Amino acid sequence: MQAFTTMKGLVAPMDRANVDTDAIIPKQFLKSIKRTGYGPFLFDEWRYKDVGQPEMDCTHRPLHSDFVLNQDRYQGASILLARENFGCGSSREHAPWALLDYGFRCVIAPGFADIFYNNCFKNGMLPVVLDDSIMDRLFAECSANEGYALSVDLNTQTVSTPSGASFPFEVDAFRQHCLLNGLDDIDLTLQDAAAIQMYEARQKKLAPWMF
Amino acid sequence: MAKTLFDKVWDQHVVKTNDDGSVLLYIDRHLVHEVTSPQAFEGLRIAGRKPWNVNAAVATPDHNVPTIDRDKGIEDPVSRIQVEALDANCKEFGITEFGMDDVRQGVVHVVGPEQGLTLPGMTVVCGDSHTATHGAFGAIAMGIGTSEVEHVLATQCLIQKKPKRMRISVEGELPVGVTGKDVVLYIIAQIGTAGGTGYAIEFAGSAIRSLSMEGRMSVCNMAIEAGARCGMVAADDVTLDYVKGRPFSPKGEQWVLAEAAWHELHSDADAEFDHEIVFNAGDIVPQVSWGTSPEMVLPVTASVPSPVDARDAVQKEGWERALVYMGLEAGVAIEAIEVDKVFIGSCTNGRIEDFREAARVAAGHKMAANVKLALIVPGSGLVKKQAEDEGLDKIFIEAGFEWREPGCSMCLAMNADRLEAGERCASTSNRNFEGRQGAGGQTHLVSPAMAAAAAIKGHFVDIRDWEFKG
Ligand code: SF4
Repeated sequence: MQAFTTMKGLVAPMDRANVDTDAIIPKQFLKSIKRTGYGPFLFDEWRYKDVGQPEMDCTHRPLHSDFVLNQDRYQGASILLARENFGCGSSREHAPWALLDYGFRCVIAPGFADIFYNNCFKNGMLPVVLDDSIMDRLFAECSANEGYALSVDLNTQTVSTPSGASFPFEVDAFRQHCLLNGLDDIDLTLQDAAAIQMYEARQKKLAPWMF
Repeated sequence: MAKTLFDKVWDQHVVKTNDDGSVLLYIDRHLVHEVTSPQAFEGLRIAGRKPWNVNAAVATPDHNVPTIDRDKGIEDPVSRIQVEALDANCKEFGITEFGMDDVRQGVVHVVGPEQGLTLPGMTVVCGDSHTATHGAFGAIAMGIGTSEVEHVLATQCLIQKKPKRMRISVEGELPVGVTGKDVVLYIIAQIGTAGGTGYAIEFAGSAIRSLSMEGRMSVCNMAIEAGARCGMVAADDVTLDYVKGRPFSPKGEQWVLAEAAWHELHSDADAEFDHEIVFNAGDIVPQVSWGTSPEMVLPVTASVPSPVDARDAVQKEGWERALVYMGLEAGVAIEAIEVDKVFIGSCTNGRIEDFREAARVAAGHKMAANVKLALIVPGSGLVKKQAEDEGLDKIFIEAGFEWREPGCSMCLAMNADRLEAGERCASTSNRNFEGRQGAGGQTHLVSPAMAAAAAIKGHFVDIRDWEFKG
């Protein structure tokens, strides 16, 4: 997994609550058996006027010009500002894969759906939770300043604005450790293989019907 | 110390506690389907890993399978490759699979309980958010992403932080015509789609206990729509009666042992929850969703709301956008909304009891002229067979509905069953997100009886006033 330490990037605002994973990547793209290639179809229904199909060439598809990611000033964005309950709905990891493949490494929101939040960490992507009032400020600054960029530091757990304001955020120590070092957590868990075997031996006596 | 149901099951599955308080949680049952597993199997292959306990995993294809002409296979090549990948992966890694031509195939959350693969007190995971369904058995059942699917395959464990515990009690008697589906839609409308975020929810109270296992599964199924990590119901005699005698459930001496353990699967009388909510069953009437989020739900007797009445700016904007997408105007009576299509099925409402209820409504009636299609899709091959043995298929066909093969079908429209842009649907599924049942499709979530009634009348009606002819 790709490590995440610090980044500075152009910010795009997704100013709506409850953005679900069906919106982030519609179901027809879930038929792929790969982890990559979802970027062109990120937010497909909001981004394009026609209905996208897997593996189609997106370069000449008709665009909804007012959709935020289609605006010139947000091209190349790598940080997404979002609202409450971002990533709700299905457990599809295709959602973080699509965001990542598009170029986002960090999503900042007042709250995330649990499974989506968890899925981000497995893919070297950082979900940052900040208070509503701070989010309002970031959204306002972002829309007022073209080229608005934020710095995100996972070591110090802070988001910093161009004017020098800085906001702390919380991340579990274990998740921070894995993300900072790009660790594969299967390897980590397998270091506990003996404990798992011991657990199984005990359970087989206590609840043999489970096996 | 007094424990909640969740704590009892959780504590029993902790392999190891890490310094930061997270735990290595043992997973008893891993259900697998074709959409969220190919990249996980690929990961195992690349790393040269084998499944830790191959018997814990059971697979079935459901999202992509066609609901007609099964013998012709899957027409869409991309869908076909995904189902074939599941077949090949299960074969390569030695995982039991109920393939497309197996009568046991179906929606994974219908198949698990039906086969006795889901047992009280288990930890159950699946790369699918509606894994919450299995919590109806007093199990901890959680949806996971593909990386975690790989992690569970390789280690039989998950690294987890303990969620907070919430109890939602529904007390009293449910009015006639009000089902588990209405109860859960009502709850989500009250607490919101993020109301359960960070929590494991236990559904309790006399109204929940009065539900059949099918009804309890419908309730737990949609715990995820309230944002919860999982939903649970305590195990009781209803649970044990359902589990007994299923192909994978314990037999003989093992059953006796298991039964004794399962009687403990309830929250202790003085157990403490981080949050408690109590609803009155008598307040619940048949529910219909009007918008594009499962919290945008109203009693069938209500009218589409006006954004002027929204709680705050964010909700106002959400409502405005939903009204436009749904092609609805504020103030229109729910009962005046006409539908183009009807879908009865899915992991929320694709079980035998759901089809019995729908058939009771449809019996002796004919589908309305303005309805183009009423799709009846059993949750599994065995549900289909049982329904046919009971003659339900004939009732549906007689009423002008279509009786199909099992699968997810128009719940998410990954196969050929879908809404066209602008088509409005009464659906027994669980998500009314934009485009969920087809790009531009407009979904209204309802119970099976309410969906069948909408197919007959061509618009939503209050099932409590229904003229039963069967
Ligand atoms: S029936 Fe619908 S919600 Fe259930 S598993 Fe299938 S697609 Fe998901």
